[in-house]
Amino acid sequence: MSILVNRATRVVTQGITGATGQFHTRTCREYGTQMVAGVTPGKGGTDFEGIPIFDTVEEARRKTGCDASVIYVPPPFAADAIMEAADAGVELVICITEGIPILDMVRVKQYLRGRRTRLIGPNCPGVITPGECKIGIMPGYIHKPGKIGVVSRSGTLTYEAVHQLTQLGIGQSTCVGIGGDPVNGTGFVDVLELYNRDPGTEGVILIGEIGGTAEEEAAAYVKREMKKPVAAFIAGQTAPKGKRMGHAGAIIAGGKGTAADKIDAFRAAGIAIAPSPAELGVTLKAALGR
Amino acid sequence: MNIHEYQAKDVLARFGVATLKRAVAESPAETARAVEKLGGAGPWVVKAQIHAGGRGKAGGVKLVRSAAEAESFAAGLLGKPLVTHQTGPGGRVVRRLLVEEGCKIARELYLGLTLDRAASQVAVIASAEGGVEIEEVAARGPEKILREAIEPVVGFQAFQGRKLGSHLGIPAASLGKLARLIQGLYDAYLATDASLIEINPLVLTDAGDLVALDAKMSFDDNGLFRHPDVRELRDVNEEDPRETEAQKYELSYIALEGTIGCMVNGAGLAMATMDIVKHAGGEPANFLDVGGGASAEKVAAAFRIILADRHVRAVLINIFGGIMRCDVLAEGVVQAAKEIQLKVPVVVRMEGTNVEQGKKILADSKLNIITAVDMADAARKAVQAAAA
Repeated sequence: MSILVNRATRVVTQGITGATGQFHTRTCREYGTQMVAGVTPGKGGTDFEGIPIFDTVEEARRKTGCDASVIYVPPPFAADAIMEAADAGVELVICITEGIPILDMVRVKQYLRGRRTRLIGPNCPGVITPGECKIGIMPGYIHKPGKIGVVSRSGTLTYEAVHQLTQLGIGQSTCVGIGGDPVNGTGFVDVLELYNRDPGTEGVILIGEIGGTAEEEAAAYVKREMKKPVAAFIAGQTAPKGKRMGHAGAIIAGGKGTAADKIDAFRAAGIAIAPSPAELGVTLKAALGR
Repeated sequence: MNIHEYQAKDVLARFGVATLKRAVAESPAETARAVEKLGGAGPWVVKAQIHAGGRGKAGGVKLVRSAAEAESFAAGLLGKPLVTHQTGPGGRVVRRLLVEEGCKIARELYLGLTLDRAASQVAVIASAEGGVEIEEVAARGPEKILREAIEPVVGFQAFQGRKLGSHLGIPAASLGKLARLIQGLYDAYLATDASLIEINPLVLTDAGDLVALDAKMSFDDNGLFRHPDVRELRDVNEEDPRETEAQKYELSYIALEGTIGCMVNGAGLAMATMDIVKHAGGEPANFLDVGGGASAEKVAAAFRIILADRHVRAVLINIFGGIMRCDVLAEGVVQAAKEIQLKVPVVVRMEGTNVEQGKKILADSKLNIITAVDMADAARKAVQAAAA
C-alpha cells in the first residue's frame, strides 16, 4: 500500500516540451510511471517520444484519462497551469516549479477551495511510491519499497533521509515533498492524515525547517491522532533571524518560526527528534523499536 | 527585496496614502536647502535612510528648528556608519537623509500588511501601540494585536475597517479615512507583489487625519520579474557585496560569522549542513545553495565567493546529486581550485548521481581534498581542518 500515487496512476506532464519537462518525463517513464500525456499550448497533435501532446489539460484528460499532473512550466505561467489542471478535474496536481510569486499562490489556493483537486507543492521534488510510481525530480535509485513515509519541505534533505533509510535496509511506502514556499497546496497535517490511514505505512519521518507554523500544526495533529511513530528533524537551527534561507518560506520573522519552538512542539507531541541530519534514519529506527 | 523609507512613502503616496511633505538630501548643504524648500515655521524632522529599524534610538533621527541645525546634524551623519540593534556591530553607512515637515500628533498606532501563512491570505495587522516594535507588543500581550485576513476574491471590506477602527479607538469621524488608508495599502501590496508593508507609527493628527509617519516595504523576490519599476528601487549599498555577487550567478548565499565555508545543493540540505557543522563544534561561515542544475561555472563562482570571505579556514562541500551530477560538481571544484590557488583545506561529501565519476575526478586532480563518507564525517573533518 501507499498514499497519493501507485502503479495505476496515469500522469500528464504540463510543460512537456521544455528541457526540464522532457528530461524528467523520460526518467519517470524509465522508472515505470505511466506517463500518458503531455500538454504544451500550441504543440497539440505532436508527441514526445511516443507520448501524445495536447493543447489543453481538458483535452488530455478526456482522451487519456490522466488522473495526476506534474507541472514544470516557468514561474510566470505556473499558477495558471495549476488552475487549468484543477478545472479539468485532475485529482492530483504536483507542481515542481520554483519561484512562483506568493500572491499568485494566494489566488490559486482560493481557486482550489471546494474543488476536488489536491495540489502538492509548488517548489517541491514531487511524490514517489518506490517501485511503483515516481512523479518528480528525485533520483529514483536511492529509494526502496517498504513501509516508512517521508514527508518534507526540502528536496535534497529528503534524499538524504531516504538514502539513510535505504542504507539501513528500511524501505519507504511513499515519499512526499510538500515544498519550501510559504503558500503551498498540501501541508504536513494532510500528509500525516494519509499516512495514519494507510495500512502500508508503519512509521513516518517528517523533515521541517524554520519559518511559519506548519511544524507546530503537525505536532498538534500527531499528539491528537497519530497512531504510528514519527521521527523528525528541523533544518535551520543555526540560521540567523530575518534572513531568507533559500526557500521563500524559510525565514525567522518577527521572532516566529524558530527551530527551538518547533522542536519543543515536537517533543511535547512525543515525536523522536534527530539530533543531527546524519541521524534521521537511526532515530526513526529507534522510534520503531528496532 | 527591501527599499528605503522615502521610496516606500513615494510608492504608497501613489495609492492615496497620506504622507508628509518631504525631500531627500545627500549632503549637508542639500539638507539645509531641503528645510528651506519645505518652508513653514518648523520644526522639521531629519531621518537617516538605511535598511534597518531602530534608527531613532541610535541617533539617526532628529527634530530640527532651523536649516543650520539640519545642516550640522547631516554633517555628523552622512558618510558614517549608523549602528542600530538591527544593523549588526558594523552598522550601515548613511548615504541619504529624508527631511520632512513636522505634524501635530494626537496618537501613534501600528498598521501592517503581510501574508498570513496559515490562512494563505494577506492580513492586516494593527495595534493601538504605535512607535514600538510589533514584536515587543506581541511579547507583552498577543491580544493587543488585531488581525483581519483579506479574502482574495472580494478584497478588503469596509466593515473590516470599521471593526479595526473601533478596536483601535479611532474617532468616528476618522473611520472612513482608516478604511480608505487600508484599501490604499492593500492596492499597493497587490500592485507591487509586496511581502510586507509596515506603517509604524501611523499617526492620528489633532485634525483627525491619518498620516504615515514611517513606512517600510519589502517585496516578494519571486514577483520582481513583473515590476521593473520596483526593481529600480534596489540599493546595492545596503546588501552584502558577496550576496550581490552570488545573485548574479543565481546562487543563494548568505554571509555568516563562522570559519567553515559551506557549499550545498538545496536550501534544506544547506541549512542542515550548517546545523551539523555547529553540532560538530564548528561555526558555518555562510549559507550557500548552488541550486538544482548547477553547471561547473556556477560551482566555480560559488567557490570563489566562499573563499572571498577571509574568515574561512576550511570549505565543506556537501552534495546530494539528483538533478545535480557529482561529476559536474567535481569539475567545477577542480576548475575553481586551480584558478584561485587554493590555500585552505576542502572536505567533500558527495552522494547520488554519477558519484563514482565525481570521486575519480577529485582523486585525479591531485588537489588537497579530504573526502568524507557521510554528513557527520564531513562536518567532523571540516571542523578539524579549520582548527588545524
